[in-house]
Amino acid sequence: MHGRPRKAPTLEEQEAFSVKASKLRSLQSQFLQFHHAKIYTKEALDVSAKLLESNPEYYTAWNYRKLAVQHNLNLPEVENNEETVKSILDEELRLVENALRRNFKSYGAWHHRKWVLSKGHSSTDKELLLLGKFQKADSRNFHAWNYRRFVTTLKNIPNEKELEYTTDMIYDNFSNYSAWHNRSVLLSHLLKEKAKGYSPKDNVFTEEYEFVRHALFTDPDDQSGWFYHLWLLDQTVKLETLLVSSWPPHGCNLSLSTDGSFGDCSLSPFTSLQTNTRTLPLILYFSEAVENICSSTVVIECENIASNELVWRSLSGDGAGSAQAWLTYLNFPEEHAHSEKAYQVKVSLAHSRGIFSSTGVHHGDSSHIEFSVSVPPHRSEHVDLNNEGKISWSDESFCTHDTQFLESALINLFHLERTKIDETVVDYQWNITTINNEISHYRELLSTMNCKIGKLTLARLLIAHDTLMSYTGTSHRNVSHHAEVLQLYDDLKKMDPAHLHYYQDEYSIVLLKQTISNQELLLKHCRKYRDPSSPRINNFCLRLNNLSLSRIGSMEQLLWVQVLDLSHNQLKTLEGLEVMQLLSCLNVSYNKLCSFTALEPLKLLRSLKVLDISYNEIGAHSIDTRRYLCSSPLNHRSGGDWKTEESEIHCVEVADNWEAYAIFKDLNLIQLDLKGNAVSDEKIQSLLIKLLPSLKWLDGESCR
Amino acid sequence: MGELQVEKHVKYILAVEKRKDNFESVVMEHLRLNGAYWGLTTLDILGKLDAVDQDEVISWVMQCQHEDGGFGGNIGHDPHMLYTLSAIQVLALFDKLHVLDVDKVSSYIAGLQNEDGSFPGDMWGEVDTRFSYIAICSLALLRQLNKIDVGKAVKYIVSCKNVDGGFGCTPGAESHAGQIFCCVGALAITGSLHHVDKDLLGWWLCERQVKSGGLNGRPEKLPDVCYSWWVLSSLIMIDRVHWIDKEKLAKFILDCQDTEKGGISDRPDDAVDVFHTYFGVAGLSLLEYSGLKPIDPAYALPVSVVNKVILPCRP
Ligand SMILES: [Zn+2]
Repeated sequence: MHGRPRKAPTLEEQEAFSVKASKLRSLQSQFLQFHHAKIYTKEALDVSAKLLESNPEYYTAWNYRKLAVQHNLNLPEVENNEETVKSILDEELRLVENALRRNFKSYGAWHHRKWVLSKGHSSTDKELLLLGKFQKADSRNFHAWNYRRFVTTLKNIPNEKELEYTTDMIYDNFSNYSAWHNRSVLLSHLLKEKAKGYSPKDNVFTEEYEFVRHALFTDPDDQSGWFYHLWLLDQTVKLETLLVSSWPPHGCNLSLSTDGSFGDCSLSPFTSLQTNTRTLPLILYFSEAVENICSSTVVIECENIASNELVWRSLSGDGAGSAQAWLTYLNFPEEHAHSEKAYQVKVSLAHSRGIFSSTGVHHGDSSHIEFSVSVPPHRSEHVDLNNEGKISWSDESFCTHDTQFLESALINLFHLERTKIDETVVDYQWNITTINNEISHYRELLSTMNCKIGKLTLARLLIAHDTLMSYTGTSHRNVSHHAEVLQLYDDLKKMDPAHLHYYQDEYSIVLLKQTISNQELLLKHCRKYRDPSSPRINNFCLRLNNLSLSRIGSMEQLLWVQVLDLSHNQLKTLEGLEVMQLLSCLNVSYNKLCSFTALEPLKLLRSLKVLDISYNEIGAHSIDTRRYLCSSPLNHRSGGDWKTEESEIHCVEVADNWEAYAIFKDLNLIQLDLKGNAVSDEKIQSLLIKLLPSLKWLDGESCR
Repeated sequence: MGELQVEKHVKYILAVEKRKDNFESVVMEHLRLNGAYWGLTTLDILGKLDAVDQDEVISWVMQCQHEDGGFGGNIGHDPHMLYTLSAIQVLALFDKLHVLDVDKVSSYIAGLQNEDGSFPGDMWGEVDTRFSYIAICSLALLRQLNKIDVGKAVKYIVSCKNVDGGFGCTPGAESHAGQIFCCVGALAITGSLHHVDKDLLGWWLCERQVKSGGLNGRPEKLPDVCYSWWVLSSLIMIDRVHWIDKEKLAKFILDCQDTEKGGISDRPDDAVDVFHTYFGVAGLSLLEYSGLKPIDPAYALPVSVVNKVILPCRP
């Protein structure tokens, strides 16, 4: 099926084929007769052997051989005769060897060999020799490599020795990805076991960096070392799981406003939250996905709040039990006092040994955050925050803030971000030196040669450097490498246009990081919503429109955002937005969202009221790339079990528009703009009006 | 770039279905049920499934079933997971899953699960994540996933994840696009894609595209039309398909057509076969080539078939 030329066979060849075909057919039918009649005589065995030698893929014949072995080993004259047992099994090994010579990618043949050896009667001495032959002939054959791992386990060959084998194979040919792969597996084991000479990993990694650099510099176009280098880099940067940010932030004095008015206009979005209830979301954001955030791993000390009763949920667009961000709600009791009451809240990850992350590194011991919350006195009249007019996203609706106000608000933010949350001391010296060393090597490479992997690796190294610096707390935004990295990705887009969108996605993330981590730049994106009579909308808006963003990132810095304008970008996904628990108004019009399923992250946003998804590509594609990233019966995820019986929505309507149903049944919108998408028609509008009982404005028209 | 030769491919597939005497079909005899799935799915994507005699196919498929519930690759061949999935898929194509004794088939599959969550291909114990995918996909189509320990099955698949973000057939085994499809597909169907490092795997997968536009299955290997399916479907399931040049890939697939006799080969000017014809056409469907029915990247069946089987509320 592979690599045969497409030419019509000559007459001679045709004849030869037809002879071969009839021979094979007769072997096959003879074999099946023996198999079905359970005949295991020498004659029958010969037929199966011949068949397998000419077609090792004929799996039923391998099964038959196993039945025959079992049958023959149980014969009374064989049972205790070690020599006969051995010869029966040796015959199988010989057959496998012949079959593999015909086709050494035959799954059935390799498995048969394992099956025979697992019986424990055969010598394993020859196995590595045999493998040597096969691996020489095809050093990338993954069956052979798998079999090698099987044999080395069986023979208890130490990982150190196998690691040497991969070194030899790689020196023999740098392009042997299979050897690089096996090296990563063996090294991971050795590091994990802290084997002698492999702990601490610093020295080992220094050598590995050199080794892979040698390969990459010899032939930068050969991909084999690329992924190994990226793994080393990842291991150098991912050191421990950190709590990187939270909302409310550490040290802030927050005011809840339950009557819908802001009162004091000096309240910034970073320190005030407007809410209809006395409920405050608390968000913890970690440096990587963690599991098991719960009342026993996170302790909250606050008067009137029972820490052990809090329910934590993961904020993951994938809806999993593992996430970077976690959410719980703090409920402040109804006070009858006439004055505002301030609560001190302390959140500690004191028992954090129970928190797991994918790297398996546990969170440091002593992290905690503290903030205070002022809750206004109880008021009897209830203000309906929903009973408001339409929000307009036009440029005229926004004006710049008074700079002084903004600066003070932002200084507050940056100050908070800089607060060191984790007090565990980790020595990053080796890591920083190593990355710096690598950076200078790759700069050197690029000075002699303009190569893609050189640029990409340098970009990654620079990002890694900035990340490490930020962990050490000595980070400085001024010395970060954002501009250089953006330039590298720009070059890559031109150099390797087939992967343009990969670089564009990476570019977007860095661009956003640059914008958000720089106070002056961020100021330029902050706007004030003009209509002060609209208490529904916090008048502080972050406008990240028209930036050609294809992806969003730096979410840990944006937990405070309540009004966000991402219009006129190139977003295909909203992944990441699920952590913006305060978001009430979102504009993603004029982007590249391809389906309703792309809105999945918004399902976790309880406070989202206004959504503009107009002028995207929803409904314009036959293949939905978010189909399996959205809860539905297709992926058997919780929330995917749909009960339509009780609603007024007909099930056919659901089947026809299941994507819309899957998303909007969990949203609570007041205003939605959908026009300018392939999908927007009357049918979908009528479904949406049924799905969203609180909806007042659809495509600019009142719909109630 | 040529157009997709729909009529010729249909003719080619129908001819292969009928031929049982030439060398090719004798060699392939043991996996005829796989062949039926490849051929029939291709016909359905091309909108020509009605060109085959449904009853004849179904009656033959049912003759491949064994007492234990599993299916062999052909009449008289031993039962195996590989063919059991094909049988289920073929029946789903014809909307005939009800002819199955669902309990029996699903018990056969569920009965094979090992203590560690993995699955062997049959009673002889060859463990491979391909079989994890098959078990999960089959049981999901039969709506019997509750018969296995899904948590353990997922855990085993995750234990086969490598540092390059890909997956191998057993723990420690090298990443391979075919294997990645199986693992990502199984994780997709069980709502477990959060175990996939999408950016890392996405980069590895998008680097499978070589200069000619075709995709290979591992670094430093030749491109091959069948990877248009394995790589592409995986990229779609993790929403990173925009990282490759889709137009160039479509051109590569179309260049592998036998424009005279129909069928698609692994590489331009090689001999065609049903396997690559299916993967080529399915790949074009994933690329949204006009006129083709969309195919589901996880279940490897037309979207319309999957929606009908899995989504509630049949009209
Ligand atoms: Zn192929």
